[in-house]
Amino acid sequence: MIEYLRNWFWTYIWKPLPDMPFGDWMESFVRWVRDAWSVFFDGTETFLESLYTGLTEALLFLPSGLMVLIFAGIAFATKGWKLAATVGVGMFIAAWTPYWDETMQTLSMVLVAAFFATVLAIPLGILASENRAVSTAMRPVLDFMQTLPGFVYLLPVVMFYGIGVVPGIIATIVFCMPPGVRLTELGLRQVDREVVEAGQAFGASPAAILARIKLPLALPTVMAGLNQVIMLALSMVVIAGMVGGGGLGSVIVSALGRVEMAKGFNAGLAVVILAIFLDRVMQGLADRTPVAKAAAFAR
Amino acid sequence: MSAIAVDSLYKVFGKGARSAVAQLKSGTPRDQLTTKSVTAAVIDHNWSIEPGEIFVVMGLSGSGKSTLIRMLNGLIKPTSGTIRIGGVELGSLSNRELRRLRREKISMVFQHFALLPHRTVVENVAFGLEIKGLSKTERLERAREVVELVGLSGHEDKLPAQLSGGMKQRVGLARALAADTEILLMDEAFSALDPLIRQEMQDQLLDLQSKLGKTIVFITHDLNEAMRIGDRIAICDGEVKQLGTAEDLLMHPADEYVAEFTADVDRSRVLTAEAVMEPCGTRDTSAFPKVESDVPVNELYESVLSSKAPLLVVDDNSDPLGVVTPRSIIKSLSPDLAGDIEGERQPA
Repeated sequence: MIEYLRNWFWTYIWKPLPDMPFGDWMESFVRWVRDAWSVFFDGTETFLESLYTGLTEALLFLPSGLMVLIFAGIAFATKGWKLAATVGVGMFIAAWTPYWDETMQTLSMVLVAAFFATVLAIPLGILASENRAVSTAMRPVLDFMQTLPGFVYLLPVVMFYGIGVVPGIIATIVFCMPPGVRLTELGLRQVDREVVEAGQAFGASPAAILARIKLPLALPTVMAGLNQVIMLALSMVVIAGMVGGGGLGSVIVSALGRVEMAKGFNAGLAVVILAIFLDRVMQGLADRTPVAKAAAFAR
Repeated sequence: MSAIAVDSLYKVFGKGARSAVAQLKSGTPRDQLTTKSVTAAVIDHNWSIEPGEIFVVMGLSGSGKSTLIRMLNGLIKPTSGTIRIGGVELGSLSNRELRRLRREKISMVFQHFALLPHRTVVENVAFGLEIKGLSKTERLERAREVVELVGLSGHEDKLPAQLSGGMKQRVGLARALAADTEILLMDEAFSALDPLIRQEMQDQLLDLQSKLGKTIVFITHDLNEAMRIGDRIAICDGEVKQLGTAEDLLMHPADEYVAEFTADVDRSRVLTAEAVMEPCGTRDTSAFPKVESDVPVNELYESVLSSKAPLLVVDDNSDPLGVVTPRSIIKSLSPDLAGDIEGERQPA
């Protein structure tokens, strides 16, 4: 009897549960989605890949010495000779590290990702500023996108796109978009009510009010948003090195793995120089918007 | 046809606006409405404005005057009642037609100028024309003419930030004039300006009006301003407390509210010889110095003191209307005695 109970206990109660293949299920689901939507995934992959390669090749077409001068020229055009000097020295140092090619790859990834993030963020921001419901619905999503640690995005993207540059770019687009949406909405909402009313009183259509009054007046704020978009893109692009994103990210990840101080420092230096360049040039562009110039006149 | 006509016009904000209007229509005062969540801004307005008239809507803040002016160009929809602009009822127009009406018939001047900070003076002035779809050269040319008209020549290419308040409002006025509409809505247009500049702007407006003959609806909370520029004045507190000429308001205030309002006004500037005169009686008036009936009282002081005889008030045909004495002037300047003069005038 006792023997029987013991058998029963060990057979039915204490028996370890079978291993459930949750992971396998997920994998086959992803595989299924991947196959069913293969046109979409392959299309975006080829598109982003070729865009990235093209831009990288363009950036690497000229010798680094000439590119340093070009970057300094851009800095001069947007802000002035002080920034031109800083950028010139900085970029010269970056060209001096063994990682000039990787620096240009990273810049190329940032530009591609920030471009698409902007193209998505500005219309969403406009929509949110015109429509309370959209704004309310979008807020938690944006909060979520912004608070999630960057590399969490890498996982689902890698599932669909595998390892490489494209998943890095896509994760970056998602990660860096929120401030673009938020600041576009904020800028548009902050436009003086009376000025908008003036547009209405003179019979302007909503589209004309948006194009001729709201957007020009909101532009400095929108530009501040784009600056943040680019900065976030840079930080994410480095993290994307973990999934074979290439560029400085890969250098840093491999330096991390082997604890190679010198390599990591070289790559880190190049990232900082890129960040300074992008941030200041964006600031310079924001100061050049008509409204910002007019405000400078008032002072 | 009236330029603007409103008929039993109501605007109530908040939930339950319609039932609140029904209550107001049945005579409930606006502070005793049973629905507490509503604000009655405009109550039972019935009036019309003739072309070329300056109609002033006067009231304290919260009296619904800003709401009223925004209903006239359709920026706010009335809760009940009708508004006709040149015979066209606003409620019957689609949004597109309404925008066209605003482009072609009504322009507006704003309290805080509402200029585009990144555009120069001419570009701002040309805004209405831009919306109308004029070509760039055409609209800038027209804008330059109007800029000159309001006395801003030489400032055409400045930015609003480089101008003083008075100059900014001239740009606002020029923008409205450039649109070349029959009707001009002015929402507290001079309230944000310093007193001296304000007077200058009032004079300029009257001067322009004598040349252009627009229909102007002018909102203000300053009764002196209202009396200075208005052909007729509506004193509002939700409903219209009294509508009439400046003289009507001073000499026959409809109720305590209006009387209190008019107490601080410089009466000598508003009242004319005709308003303060006494009947001639049977006196021989041939030797009396003559004075036109529409001369304001404050321009009579010197002549009345230097003459031993009373002043004879005459109309356009030099026919005698009455006499002005120091006594009648002093009486007219006190609101409490003014009614008394009424009594004396009646039998004449």
